[in-house]
Amino acid sequence: MTEADLTPELISSRRWSDQDVQAARLPVVDVPFVTIGGGLGSFAITDMLRIAGIPSTAIKVLTSIDRPDQTYQFLAENSQIPSEERLRSDSGSTMDNIWGFPSYALREAAASSGLKAKLKPLWTVLTEPVIADYFTPQAGKVYEGVTNEAERIGWDSMTAKGQVRMVRARHGGGYFTVLTPPRGTPPPPGSGPTKRVVYRSSHVHVAVGYPGVKFLPDLQAYRQTHNDFRVVNAYAPHEYVYEELVRRPGTVMVRGSGVVATRILVRLLEDREKHGAQTTVLHLFRNYVEGPQGESRRFRRQGRNGFAYQAFNYPKAAWGGQLKEKLEGLEGQERADLINAMGGTNTPLRRRWDHIIEGARADGSYRAWVGKVTSIEPGPDQVINTTIVDPAQGTAELGANYIIDATGLESDISEHRLLADLLSHGGAGRNPFGRLDVEPTFEVRGTRNDPGRLYASGSITLGGYYAGVDSFLGLQYAALKIADDLASTGFGKRIRLGRSTREWWRWMRNGPIPN
Amino acid sequence: MTPTLFGRIQTRFLLLATVGLMWTAIVAPVLPRSGASIGTVYTATLLALVVVAVVGVIWELLYHSIQQYRWEKDWPILFSLLLGIPEGVVAYYVLGTLLDPAPTPLTFTPHFVSTWLVVWLTAVGPFRVFLIRWRFRGGRIL
Repeated sequence: MTEADLTPELISSRRWSDQDVQAARLPVVDVPFVTIGGGLGSFAITDMLRIAGIPSTAIKVLTSIDRPDQTYQFLAENSQIPSEERLRSDSGSTMDNIWGFPSYALREAAASSGLKAKLKPLWTVLTEPVIADYFTPQAGKVYEGVTNEAERIGWDSMTAKGQVRMVRARHGGGYFTVLTPPRGTPPPPGSGPTKRVVYRSSHVHVAVGYPGVKFLPDLQAYRQTHNDFRVVNAYAPHEYVYEELVRRPGTVMVRGSGVVATRILVRLLEDREKHGAQTTVLHLFRNYVEGPQGESRRFRRQGRNGFAYQAFNYPKAAWGGQLKEKLEGLEGQERADLINAMGGTNTPLRRRWDHIIEGARADGSYRAWVGKVTSIEPGPDQVINTTIVDPAQGTAELGANYIIDATGLESDISEHRLLADLLSHGGAGRNPFGRLDVEPTFEVRGTRNDPGRLYASGSITLGGYYAGVDSFLGLQYAALKIADDLASTGFGKRIRLGRSTREWWRWMRNGPIPN
Repeated sequence: MTPTLFGRIQTRFLLLATVGLMWTAIVAPVLPRSGASIGTVYTATLLALVVVAVVGVIWELLYHSIQQYRWEKDWPILFSLLLGIPEGVVAYYVLGTLLDPAPTPLTFTPHFVSTWLVVWLTAVGPFRVFLIRWRFRGGRIL
C-alpha cells in the first residue's frame, strides 16, 4: 500500500471538507487548539491557555525542535550570548511566569549566597536606570525557568514532531493543519502508511519565529561568487572565526551596529584581553549616529560614536505604557513610522561594553568606518578587500581576513513555506512592514473561519499594533490577548483576579497544572 | 514602571484604598498618639490617606509631564520611592489645615512612611499577580 499524501486537488483548493481529506486517506487527529512552531511563542500561548484552564489534551504543539527554548538558545549563542551572559531583557519579563513576579532580580537575590551577592541584583533593580544599568537576566536562568515551567504544564505530552506544510480552512469551520512527521514515525493508530498527518482544530496559532536570517546583498553576492566562508553571519555558528583569531593575528570587519554587532565587538576585543588575540577590528557603519537622535526634547534618545543607544529594542513604554497606547491608535504608514522611530538599529549602553570598546578605540585595535560598499573582492594574503565610498571621506579600501554580518536582516515572510501558503491560500495579508497583518488580538486578518480563529505571534507580526512582539514580554502579551479573545468565544476562562491569584500560588509551589 | 496619566491616578487610588487602608487599620492602634484617643488617630490617619490620594492627582500631573522628557517614557521605581519625601511634607501641611488640632509629626511620620513603603512594595512587586493586565495597560485598571 502506498503512503497517503496530499493530492493536487487538496494543494490547490483553499478550503477543504472532511470528505476531501478522507478521500486522500490522510489520518486526521482532532484537537481543539494547535500551535505551530514549538519555540518560545508556542510556549507562551500554551502556558497562558493552561493557566486559563485548558487541559493539555486540548492543545497540540507541532514542532521540529526538542525544547521550547532551543532555537532561542541557538541564536543567542551564535550571536555571542552564552548561558552565563546577560540578555537584553528586563527583570519583569519572566518567560516562565506570566505575572512577572517574582522577577528575575528577586530570584537571583534569593538564589545567591552571602549578603552582598543578595543585595546586588536588588540594588540594581531599585536604582535602574538612574544609577545602575538596567538589570538583565542571565540567559541560563531564563532557560532553566522555561524548562521547569514546560514540565509543570505538561509540555512534552502536547508536542508532535514534524514540519508543518500548510494550514487550510475547513468547510464547517476551523482549520486543517498538515504535518509532515519525520521519516519512520509510525502512523496514528488505525491509519495506514502516510507521509502526512492532518490536525483538525477549531483554532490555530502560528509562531514560527524568523522566516530566515539573510546576508547583506553585497555579502551574499560575494559568498555566492567566491564560495568564501570567511564571510559569516552573526546568527549562524561561527566560533571557528574566534578560535582562528586567537591562534594567529588577523583583521575582522564587523558590519551592523545593533546589539548583536556590539556583542561581537565585545567578544573580539575581550579575546584580546583574555586570550592574547591580536585582532584588529574594522567596524563598518552604514549610518553613523553622531549625537542624540530626535528633533523633539520629548522624543530624543542617546547616540554617539556611531551607535544609537537605548536599553531595550524599544523604549520601555512601548511594552505597556503611553507609547503602547499611542501605537494602538495608529494605522498604516503612521504606525510603521512610530515603530521605526522607537526602534530601528540600536544597542544598549552598558558600562562594561562601552569601556572595552573605548579602550580598543584608544589603542587602535578598533577602528570605525562609515560608508557605502561599492565592491568586495578577494585580495592577496587571505584578505578580502571591501571598497567603501563616503561622501565626506572619499573612497577607502579595507582589507580583512573575516567579515561578520551582524545586521540581522530578516528574510521576507514568504520565504517560509507555511507563511507563503497562508498568504496565497489562507486569506492572510501583509501589514506596513510586509509581515503578517494581525488584529490587536493577534488574530491574522482575513483568515477567520467561524467558529475557528487563526492567530500569529512573534517576529512575523512586526508592524502591527504592538511594537515589542519579538521579545519575551511581547510573546506573553500576545498570548494574553489571544487567550482573552478565545475566552470571549468560550474557549478557556478569562484570567481574572481569582484565577490569577490561585494559579500564581500554584506556580509558587511549583504545582503541576492538572488536566 | 511605564505608567500613563490615567494609569497613575487609578493605581494610586486603588492601592491607597486597598493596601493603604488595610495597613492603616493595622498600624493605627500602635502609633505614638501622645494622649489622643484612638478615634482621633484613626480620623487623622484615614484623612491622611484621602489627602495623599486627592493631592496626588496634582502630583501625578507633574510626574507625567516630567516623564515626557524621558525617552523610555518610564518612571523608575527609585523615583516613586523617593517622591514620598516631598509628598509626605505637603500632605502633612495639608492635613494640618484640615484638622484641629493638627496631628503631631510623631503620629503622622511613622504612619506615612510605613504606608508609603508598603504601597510602594506592593506596586513594584506582587500587585501584578492580582491584576494580570495591569502592567500592560500603563497602570490602568478600568
